[in-house]
Amino acid sequence: MERLLNVTTVLSVLLAAMVLFSVRRSHIRVEYSVSWLAAAVILLVLSRSSFALNWISRQLGLADPPIALMLLVFCVFVIVIYRLSVVISDLKDANIAMAQRIAIVEFQLHNRTEDIDQGYKSRI
Amino acid sequence: MKPAGGPNQLLILIPAFNEVGAIAGVIHEVRAAMPEAPILVVDDASTDGTERSARSAGADVLRLPYHLGLGGGVQAGYKLAYELGYDYVIRVDGDGQHDPKYIPALLQTLRATGCHMVIGSRFQDGNGNYTNSVRAMGIWFFRLVLRPILGKPVRDPTSGFVGVNREALQVFTGSFPLEYPEIEALVVLQRKRFQFQEVPCRMRPRKTGRSTITAVKSLYYIFHVLLGVFINVLKFERRRRKDAPREER
Repeated sequence: MERLLNVTTVLSVLLAAMVLFSVRRSHIRVEYSVSWLAAAVILLVLSRSSFALNWISRQLGLADPPIALMLLVFCVFVIVIYRLSVVISDLKDANIAMAQRIAIVEFQLHNRTEDIDQGYKSRI
Repeated sequence: MKPAGGPNQLLILIPAFNEVGAIAGVIHEVRAAMPEAPILVVDDASTDGTERSARSAGADVLRLPYHLGLGGGVQAGYKLAYELGYDYVIRVDGDGQHDPKYIPALLQTLRATGCHMVIGSRFQDGNGNYTNSVRAMGIWFFRLVLRPILGKPVRDPTSGFVGVNREALQVFTGSFPLEYPEIEALVVLQRKRFQFQEVPCRMRPRKTGRSTITAVKSLYYIFHVLLGVFINVLKFERRRRKDAPREER
């Protein structure tokens, strides 16, 4: 039990450090770092507070606090990944709309250039 | 390509991805069937010279900056057609499976019936043999699924040989399925209570290349489309519930 809590403590600190480092290097935008930092903080608090972990495991009806910890870790990461799926879907929609807009604008620009060329040729 | 010069203008839309071997022939056939109609090829970032071949054959080309897939390409063409003021768009696939000699029949049905979408159906009065058994089962399955949703039978729900009017164009510029769009597009229109008709036509084997839907992919296709249909039905139900108190008043 104690060893597992130490491992999750180290993992949560590593996760927080990695996210902060990535934000500092502009690899992750601040708004998307919030979910990961929240996940790291929750993991850290539960790993270091046996009172909180025991209380949660009692509420969940689980006799073994480590199982409650793993269940909570799983839930937190499922929420983070779900949120990222929503963000990715929004980005894909925006990206497709932008690609279509670029193609249409290029098409119209090409047509306009051809019209100008034809007008110029007809004058000379 | 010019903006539509007046009412009832038709645009022929040909989505193509790596169809250099077939695209010129398709354009010539379309030109022979509909000499007056402008032809727009949507090149979905082909790498084989499809764009050059289409331009040489006399079509206008809308070149996408990267590969969007069939739905993304068709929707881009619909958006351009809508912005240019066209009233009717008929889609013909770039692989030569759709026989352009049926375009006048599709256009005539669109104009005469006032329906929003017309489908060139290989199973009404034509030759539906050019399909593998898995796909045939899929078509049969989706006929069953769509029958209660659409409120009328549809014999060839996977046909890409379709024509739409301006009202449907407007809907599709805002919402169009990106992968395997044919079946979901029918449900999108149904949500707006739009009407569709089927017109018998014959389909041919593709001239070059191979279909993107293999037997294995057919299973993914069925799952993907079924999910899309289900989601669209849920949207429809939610809207109906929202409308219900208003109807009661």
